[in-house]
Amino acid sequence: MINLIWAAFLLIGIIYAAINGNIDIITKSVIDAAESGVTLSFKLIGVMCLWLGLMKIAEKAGVVKIITKVLHPMMKRIFRNIPENHPAMGAIIMTISANMLGLGNAVTPLGIKAMQEMQSLNGNKTIATPAMCTFLAICTTGFTIVPATVIALRAAAGSARPEEIVGVTIVVSLFTTIMVLIFDFFCRIIFYRI
Amino acid sequence: MMLELCTKISIWAIPMGIVIIILSGLWSKVKVYEAFVEGASEGFYTAVRIMPFLVAMMVSISVFRDSGAMQFMINCLSPVLSLLGVPEALVPLAIMKPLSGTGALGLAAELLNQFGPDSLYGRIASTIAGSTDTTFYILTVYFGAVGITNPRYSLYVGLFGDMVGFFSSIYICRLIFAS
Repeated sequence: MINLIWAAFLLIGIIYAAINGNIDIITKSVIDAAESGVTLSFKLIGVMCLWLGLMKIAEKAGVVKIITKVLHPMMKRIFRNIPENHPAMGAIIMTISANMLGLGNAVTPLGIKAMQEMQSLNGNKTIATPAMCTFLAICTTGFTIVPATVIALRAAAGSARPEEIVGVTIVVSLFTTIMVLIFDFFCRIIFYRI
Repeated sequence: MMLELCTKISIWAIPMGIVIIILSGLWSKVKVYEAFVEGASEGFYTAVRIMPFLVAMMVSISVFRDSGAMQFMINCLSPVLSLLGVPEALVPLAIMKPLSGTGALGLAAELLNQFGPDSLYGRIASTIAGSTDTTFYILTVYFGAVGITNPRYSLYVGLFGDMVGFFSSIYICRLIFAS
């Protein structure tokens, strides 16, 4: 499926440009995008090192274990296939907590760490496990209590009350997260039947 | 009051988090410097491993956007979505949101300037921008980092989430800010 979408974006784009006589745009677009892909992953190196380093301290000091203990009763219902004491559970919980606090660039390193831990439980290393899909569902919904970027954007645009969308954002993302978890649950059943 | 609390939380969260982690490390007699370096050494390789996935995804999305095909898709979807109560001005944001984080933020900023941040459209745009994350980016980076090439149904789940987030932002904002 991902192959099909990837190819479709490219082919539709190129054909559309050709029909409209804009084919010269494509070469520049492809090269610029490839470069910004590299730039983006290089930008990630710094925050990646920072947060993975801090996570290692937190792990060794037992902070992760304490946070996991507090949130585990809720999480074990969502991630049934992950054993309680497995480091994947700690990493998942840290990611979701960082997401809630709106810690933008801390979320990606923690999320990747959680993926790596879940990968160690995976029998087939190229196919996503149900737990990974559920985790991804939660991350793409990005449940957050403090949408810091948007508040800053509204303040910059001269809003009288930049923070007034916080309540609505929490309601919307909570609702979306619940819907997505339900949808994920059904997908899991359907895909395992086939 | 609410604004102060929110900005306070977002300003203090990272420094306080670092302080708590370091102090608890010292408390449990962890060799904090060595532990940090041990963890950080994974950072570089992880970032490099993501690179090909990121390049692949960004190239295809960028061609789709720059060629004008995306605009064409937006024009086709607008009449259908307006039947569902979606304002035409917000359709580009709906399409951009799952594809590109910076692109969506740019569109949201444009909408805020065009309609005003305290207008209904401005509020809806803010809610959409704040409530869901960039599905394609997360899928690419998270699965890329561990070398998973078959994401199964997770793309549908992610896109379903974007759809729910988009529509519920519009309906809930209408409900709350209508008067």
